[in-house]
Amino acid sequence: MKKIEAIIREERLDAVKKALEEKSYFGMTVSEVSGRGKQKGLTLQWRVGEYRVDLLPKLKIELVVLDEDVAPVIDAIVRSARTGDAGDGKIFVLPVEMAVRVRTGDRNEAAI
Amino acid sequence: MPINTGDTAWLLMSSAMVMLMTPGLALFYGGMVRRKNVLSTIMMSFACLGLVGLLWVLFGYSLAFGTDHAGIIGGFNYLALNNVGQDPSSIYASTTPHLAFMIFQAMFAIITVALFTGAIVERVKFGSLLVFSVLWLAIVYLPTAHWVWGSGGWLAKFGVLDFAGGTVVHINAGVSALALVMLLGRRRGFPNDAMEPNNIPMVVLGAGLLWFGWFGFNAGSALTSGGLASSAFVATNTAAAAAAFTWMIISWIHKRPTVLGTVTGAVVGLVAITPAAGFVTPIAGIAIGAIAAVISYYGMVLLKIKRGVDDSLDVFACHGLGGIWGALATGIFATVSVNAAGADGAIMGNWMQLLKQLVGVLSVGGFAFVMTMVLGKLVDKVMGFRVGQVEETVGLDISQHGERAYGGFLR
Repeated sequence: MKKIEAIIREERLDAVKKALEEKSYFGMTVSEVSGRGKQKGLTLQWRVGEYRVDLLPKLKIELVVLDEDVAPVIDAIVRSARTGDAGDGKIFVLPVEMAVRVRTGDRNEAAI
Repeated sequence: MPINTGDTAWLLMSSAMVMLMTPGLALFYGGMVRRKNVLSTIMMSFACLGLVGLLWVLFGYSLAFGTDHAGIIGGFNYLALNNVGQDPSSIYASTTPHLAFMIFQAMFAIITVALFTGAIVERVKFGSLLVFSVLWLAIVYLPTAHWVWGSGGWLAKFGVLDFAGGTVVHINAGVSALALVMLLGRRRGFPNDAMEPNNIPMVVLGAGLLWFGWFGFNAGSALTSGGLASSAFVATNTAAAAAAFTWMIISWIHKRPTVLGTVTGAVVGLVAITPAAGFVTPIAGIAIGAIAAVISYYGMVLLKIKRGVDDSLDVFACHGLGGIWGALATGIFATVSVNAAGADGAIMGNWMQLLKQLVGVLSVGGFAFVMTMVLGKLVDKVMGFRVGQVEETVGLDISQHGERAYGGFLR
């Protein structure tokens, strides 16, 4: 089992969800996060003058999948989240030791 | 004189409208600070309703408006509202109950104290601020209100015009704010860290309430409900409109037309028209408002950006500079055709009035600055005026009030 963490643009969420649904991946957790990459962020205005906000709002999608599903899921996210401009996000893949379904107590593959 | 019910209704309504300005100011200020300091900033204004509202009826009104002593201060004859009843005063607002005039004046004292707190938000110790506010009301506000508005006050006799408090309220608060900033110093992290306003819509709501209440402030200061109140009402709205529009354009020329800037412009226009509202023609409000926006905008650039003075919510630039311009503008644009009890200004050929206004600005501004320094130093010595490093970092909402504005996960 692997956990896929994808940081994406807020406005690409619907496209990413749709791309995953088409491959029958439904479960996910989405959270609002702030972050920065190599891009410099935004310049905002006060009454006079400006200030820089370098942490920009993004969404983080987390989903846990079987090892063989990692490649197609990543592929779906990359295709649907990409705009080609700086700030499209990142995907990280992590090993998962165990998964448990709270309702039944099922473990691992049966739980995801 | 017998009581005039129209005048009384308008004065009571105006008092209620000016009261609403203080919670309005709380929102105006509260939206501009970081989210960890929203409640503390709101509290600094709202607490004045509790504190000054008491002090005013106990001794404040008496010392500002009681029997004159050498043009400097009022007497004790109205202490705890003694001799202030349902009949009109023989001196002030002679067509309305004395109580109505007294409570109208109370609302001015309340908001004046609330105004200067904006300069030192996010770092001032709440208890010390309350103690300072009591001292400041007694030693700065009450005498200066007497000088300008009290029967026998030396600036009133000298001929200084201040229709609704440009000098007493705005110069007083603005100059004192600057002194407090010099005393307390910058916020930790200023000017390098980004200090983002937590809720600009709240600032807009606050500005809207201020604009609404300002009709009570200025048109109510006619103390009657006829032509003069109407003239002051229109002058007020016109100046606010001109200043909001001007600020928007300046902001646009520099980059984008910001909401924060536009509503700030409105408030600056309202400040500037305050001393002039009942002495100038309504159309003069255009020049007074537009010039106020320019002065305040570039004053802010100079003070905050160029000099790095952390007057956090720009109280000096808005109320100090706006108030000084308004006081001088009164000496320029005043005409007796609007108000026979006023005077002609420079445009009518009477340059002396401008000089008188300058004396008003310098005496009240100078007195407020020096006394605020003295009182502030005293409070700092005795109890510390500023919170500690940890309290400032955590935020004043939690460290001073044990609350937070926006709840967490437990819904």
